[in-house]
Amino acid sequence: MSLIGHNAPPIFKRGPAPTVRLMLYVSAALALLVTDLKFRYLEVMRQAVAVVLYPVERAAATPADVVLNAATYFATLAKVQKENGLLRRQQLRMAEQLMRHDQLAQENSRLRTLLGMRTDLPARSVAADVLYAAHDPFTRKVILDRGSTHGIVLGDAVVDARGVIGQITRIHPIQAEVTLLTDKEQAIPIAVQRNGLRGVVFGAGAGQLELRYLPATADVQPGDTLVTSGLDGLYLPGLPVARVIRVDRDTQAFARIFCLPIGGVEQSTQVLVMGRLELPPPPMSEASAEVSGGAR
Amino acid sequence: MQPTNRSRRILQPVKQWYLYLSLLVAFAMTLIPTGHLPGVPDWLALVLAFWCVREPLRIGLGTGFVFGLLVDVGHGAALGQHALAYVLLAYGANALSRRVLWFSPIEQALHILPLLLLIHVVMVAIRMLAGADFPGWWYFTGSFTAALLWVPLHFVLLLPQFRPTERDDNRPI
Repeated sequence: MSLIGHNAPPIFKRGPAPTVRLMLYVSAALALLVTDLKFRYLEVMRQAVAVVLYPVERAAATPADVVLNAATYFATLAKVQKENGLLRRQQLRMAEQLMRHDQLAQENSRLRTLLGMRTDLPARSVAADVLYAAHDPFTRKVILDRGSTHGIVLGDAVVDARGVIGQITRIHPIQAEVTLLTDKEQAIPIAVQRNGLRGVVFGAGAGQLELRYLPATADVQPGDTLVTSGLDGLYLPGLPVARVIRVDRDTQAFARIFCLPIGGVEQSTQVLVMGRLELPPPPMSEASAEVSGGAR
Repeated sequence: MQPTNRSRRILQPVKQWYLYLSLLVAFAMTLIPTGHLPGVPDWLALVLAFWCVREPLRIGLGTGFVFGLLVDVGHGAALGQHALAYVLLAYGANALSRRVLWFSPIEQALHILPLLLLIHVVMVAIRMLAGADFPGWWYFTGSFTAALLWVPLHFVLLLPQFRPTERDDNRPI
């Protein structure tokens, strides 16, 4: 091994020159980058290293936990009382809604049977705490304290008390990574609640979302509520996502529609991870049964 | 080896395990969840640069690459992003080692600052090429904090080498 800029005599030479080694390592790093960013082949390797790193991460999170706990410990009594009052009022409101919900759910299932439609599948949900925001400053992600051992599945929706805040994009045995709606790479299929118009919402940076690929004539107005459409097979339909704040129809063939998320996307600390239960295999129709019978 | 090349004090040789222990501690410190707080230094880059300057024959590109991959997984960044940055940092710091050690710690910090800024520019360039947003100028403030920390770090990391050769029970260190 020779020092950069100082050529060692051949008898002391060990290994290739520094520039050669630099080129080797740089090309290895670039190859990894391309494989990871373009093809996402390296998740297995990432999982393996993440399991080894988990104790170190927990140890590193301790100082932050101590600071947070101290902050809540010294929260004033007045603040807690105020919060208590707020929660009581909220609970009363919710209780009224819940009483009606049971009745409506029964009525809905009765009507669905009458119409011969498949009954709604029950959802499964896991409550989780947000541990911390991910380090990577280029993305909007948070880490949850629940993982695959608690029944979280890749692609689950993450909601808080008000609406959807993101989606599970990476799971470890006891942790999961949520990509928030405001991330540039995150997309969520929605429907406009007022008229059922479907579309896809993308993160637009600065805490905003953008509803893209709708023609300039589309019937969307500021103030409209966007809910999940459920067409993707991942999200449950009807979860509130965002509210339209500005519609710009002058620019191009497509309208530029900006929205604000309804859920506390970058503030929530307690969230619910919701997913669909596995779909049962579709019953074999008579026609296809005959075809398979004929082939035999 | 001396604290700086102008010093007349001869230090003890550094122990192999101490090199890697300090790197591991720095790595654990980079994993402290600080969110997007501005001005948090990249501890591992700093300690890696320090040992690349002090011990260019032991700590170099390979160490930078391996620790870079660990940081990538720990931070959930693109795999290879920190690896590439730390390899470049190690190369630069190794190349500077013959020159930098003639200066006082404060002047050394001025030599290291451009290197630290460079690796952040490289990481921003890579992620923006891959389609990410510009994270904001606060992202670069960590390099300046790190450069300021070079001076205390210079003494803390060299402490074990300041031990005298012969043991004396009446001496505090």
